[in-house]
Parts: sequence; C-alpha cells; structure tokens
Amino acid sequence: MADMKKEKRKGINQWQEVLNILLHNPNAIIGFVIVAVLIILAILAPWISPYNYLEMNLAIAKQGPSAAHIFGTDDLGRDILSRILYGGRYSMSLGFLSVGLGAIVAMVIGSIAGYFGGWVDNLLMRMMDVLSAIPGMLLSIIVAAALGTAYHDTVIAMAIGNVAALSRILRAQILSIREKEYVQAAKASNCSNFRIIFSHIIPNSVMPMIINCTSRLAAALLFCASLSFIGLGVQPPEPEWGAMLAGARGYIRTYPYMLISPGIFIALSVVGFTLLGDSLRDAMDPKLRK
Amino acid sequence: MIPVILAVAILIFTIMTFVPGNPASLILGADATEEQILIKEHELGLDQPYVIRLGNFLKQTFVDFDFGRSYWTNTSVTEELMARFPRTLAIAGFAMLFTVIIGIPLGIFTAIHEGTFADRIGVLLCVIGVSMPTFWLAMLFVLLFALKLKLLPAQGMDGAKYFVLPVVAQSLGGISGMVRTARAAMLEVVRADYVTTARSKGLSERKVIYEHALPNAMLPIISVLSGQLANQLGGALVIEQVFSIPGIGLYLINAVNTRDYPVAQSSVVFLSILFSLIVLLTDLGYAAVDPIIRAQFVQGGTKKKKRKEENG
Repeated sequence: MADMKKEKRKGINQWQEVLNILLHNPNAIIGFVIVAVLIILAILAPWISPYNYLEMNLAIAKQGPSAAHIFGTDDLGRDILSRILYGGRYSMSLGFLSVGLGAIVAMVIGSIAGYFGGWVDNLLMRMMDVLSAIPGMLLSIIVAAALGTAYHDTVIAMAIGNVAALSRILRAQILSIREKEYVQAAKASNCSNFRIIFSHIIPNSVMPMIINCTSRLAAALLFCASLSFIGLGVQPPEPEWGAMLAGARGYIRTYPYMLISPGIFIALSVVGFTLLGDSLRDAMDPKLRK
Repeated sequence: MIPVILAVAILIFTIMTFVPGNPASLILGADATEEQILIKEHELGLDQPYVIRLGNFLKQTFVDFDFGRSYWTNTSVTEELMARFPRTLAIAGFAMLFTVIIGIPLGIFTAIHEGTFADRIGVLLCVIGVSMPTFWLAMLFVLLFALKLKLLPAQGMDGAKYFVLPVVAQSLGGISGMVRTARAAMLEVVRADYVTTARSKGLSERKVIYEHALPNAMLPIISVLSGQLANQLGGALVIEQVFSIPGIGLYLINAVNTRDYPVAQSSVVFLSILFSLIVLLTDLGYAAVDPIIRAQFVQGGTKKKKRKEENG
C-alpha cells in the first residue's frame, strides 16, 4: 500500500508500472505475440485461407505437405491449413466466451454473496460446493449432453466449470476488502455506499479474478479441444482443432500426418495464454517483484 | 459431505431430464407406433412426473445402492460400473501418484536453483507440458511406441502393459502443472522475511530450506491437489477414448450419445461420490499429519469448518 501511494505521488500509476514490467519480461512478449498472431489469423481466416475449408476432393486426399497444401490434406481431401485457420475461430472464441460468461456469472454470485453475507452467502456458497463436487469435465459432459452441441450450448457447458471457483475468489476478495482501512477511511469521510462499492471495492477485488481468468483461458482452450475430441463440442465438418484430432484418430495407422498440425496449434495457443497469464500474475504481485 | 452428494445427485438427475430426445422412441427405432412408444415409456417409468422419478432415483441409489439397468442392454449399471471403475481409477490414480511424487520435488528443486540453466530448461519444459492436450500426446505416444517401435500395445485392456502409455501420457501434464505450482509456492516462501531471518541467524542453507521454507510452501501445494485430482479424473475419461479402454469414460460418453439416462447419471453420480470421498480423505489425512493445516481447520474460513461439521 505504502509503495503504491509513493508511486502515485511520483505520478506513475499502477497500470503503467504493470505495463512497464510486462514490457521488460521476454515471456510476456512471446506470449503476447503468439496470442496476437493466432487471433489475427483467426479473424482474417476468410481472406487468407487458400482454399474453402469445407471443399472436399477425394482425388487429393491424404497428401503430405506440398507447395499447394502447406499442411497437406485430410482424409476427404480438404486443405488442412484452411481448416486450421478457420478452426482457430472456434477454439479462440469458445475460450474467450466461456471464460467471459463464467466470469460474469461468478461476478454476480460472488458479489451478492460477499455484500449480503448471512444466509444468502451461505446458500450461494453451498450451491458452489455442489458444483465443485463434480469434476469439471464430468459437469461439462453432462451439460453438453443436456443442451446439445450448438455453439452457444458449448459455451454454456464450458463456462459452468469456471463459475464455482471464480465466484469463490471474488467473494473472498470482497470479504477481505470490506474490512480494509481505505474502505473505512472512505466511510469516515462520508462517502456514499454506491461510491464505496464502485470506486473502492470492485476495482480492488476484480484484479485477482482478471489474472485468474487469463490462466483460465489457457485451460479453456485445452478443455474445448477435449470436449470436441470426445464428440460433445464443435461437431464435424466444422474444423475445430480438437474435432480435427478426433477425425485424425481413425487414420493414425495409415496417415498419421493429420495428427500433427492441429495438435501443434492447440499447444501453441495454450503456451501463449499460459505465458501471458504467468507474467501478468507476476507483474501484479508485489511480493514477487524484486 | 452427504448433503453435497445428495445435491449432486439431484442436480445431475435434473440436468438429464432436459436432455432432448425420447429414449423410448430411440430404443424402438423409427418405425415404432405411437402405442408402442407409450407402452415402452410406461415400462421405463418415463410417464411418471419428475418428482416421483427423482424420488425413485434417489431411493434406488442411496437406499438400495442399485444404479438401475441400462435402457439399451438391460444389464445392471452397478455391475458394469464396478467392473469398469478400477480401470479408470488406475489411470487417474497412478497419474496422480506420479504428479505428486515427481512434480512436487522437481518444483522445489527448480525453485531452489532459480535462475540456473536447469531451472530455465525445467520451466520451459513445464510450460510445454501443461500446454499439450493430453489426448494428443497420447496419440503421439501410440504412433511412436506402439506403431513405429512396437514396444507397447496401442489399445485395449489386457494386463499391466496396456496401462503404461495411458498413465504416462496422462501424468506428464499433471507433473508439469505440479512443478509450476510447487515452484511458485516455494519462490514466494523463499522471499519471506522469516527465511531471511533464518539465514541471518546463521542456519545452514539445508535447514533454512527444509525446516523453514518447505513446510510453509506445502500449504498452497496441498490446496491445489483436489483440483489436480479432478483434472486427472476428467483426463482419464478422455484418454480412455484414445486407447479404447473399457472404463467409465467410454461407458459414460457412449451412454450420453445413446440417451441411456440410468447409465449416464449413475456414472456421473458415482464418480462425483468417489471424487468427494477421496478429497475428504486427503483433507482429513493432511489435517491429521500437518499441525499447520490442523490449526487452519480450527481458526480458518467458515467453509472448511462447516464442511467438517457436516461430515461429523
């Protein structure tokens, strides 16, 4: 706290400092570049992909890499590079939306529980206990089964696994911040409740959640791939990376090449988000600063 | 604990009633008449209201310890689950074991040697390790060890060597994750004031690390264990798919695809009970051995206290 005030007096705000730390951390830059490139590729997919991702041509099926098809073609003669580019749209957007949705629901639950306390808090947290008693994968499988495999259903199935943990984090933060000196100081200086909540409690309590969400994005991408792999996420012929691997599984003996590129892209995207999440966490944590 | 498991069962049952598609007409096929479907629904008890079906399900599960019969094969779900769960548990359990006994020491090692070449390599490998989808790694292993080198079987379940590839593939992600957690926990502790104090009063480095830093670093490590276990269980379900291991994962996913309600809901309830029991046992075990956690249970958050009270 004291450090932060000193910095404020010097005219450097916390965000600039965090940004400064991130800019000097090679891991953060590598992570950012990987994520940025993958997102740009996904957004530009319709313009840069060399072929139609659904166009089949059995005459050129199961070809290795060549100048015409950089990543080769799959079992139905579709261009793997084009499918990877389009697949990125599914993987990335599902990751962002599911973590985002989970965070929004968690924010509502966590702040209600934190502010009201008492039986409301108790009831909500017991509900979260129930949710976290079911391993995440199982919960998503069963929700995906109940809702179906449409895009928004997959988002919900993936988001539900994030709700319990994130709402606990926010609630714990709000509980501890409610008692902080600066909140009491604000109260003593006759600050309105509204102002206390929105300018003191919320900004200080969502930070751990944002950091946690960045790491969760990495997990969400893996999760999305697993769900599609077992056939409960994005459905073929749509080219999600996990679903492409599920398709490649049948050809592991005859044409293993199909396995390689979707897996590399999943791993690459997860590496990007992991590095970004790690460096953000380190930058925000004053204890780890040297 | 028991209210939580009951609530899990109710939740799962409720979710399953929202599954689209009528099992009766699915079983009878496309050319079944309206009348046949109604008869079948009556047979399966699907014509009864939700509350009665829920009551029956809960009574069956928790009073008779009977998970009912599969809609399709009419075999006992309880017997199937009992036959299958050792395989799933073996994969998840061994992966968890390796995660703990390899991951934690390695994490502490890298933290102590922070900034050295070995640490950097370790950190890099772990980022890659947590980033590779387990099922992809498993398929690459199959490609290399089973199809190219012909050392190990590619799929099926017929003895110990069939477990090697699934367990190794499943462990690597867990180990990497554990190394990262243990390293971060240890680094945080090593910078604490009491470690500096311990050093400044002239204790040997060994003593500082093993007696002052390590016990305190164990807390955050232990707190992620249940999450790791959930990951390993979930991962085991997926990896069964890769190796065609007839465990609960294949059973559950097949049941979900064929609307086999009793099988799907029983598998999930069964695994959740198993998961909660293991988490409870490890919690109690650690609380018993570790005075720090015992103290935490007594004065710590209301959540843990409540849980303990519920468990009696």
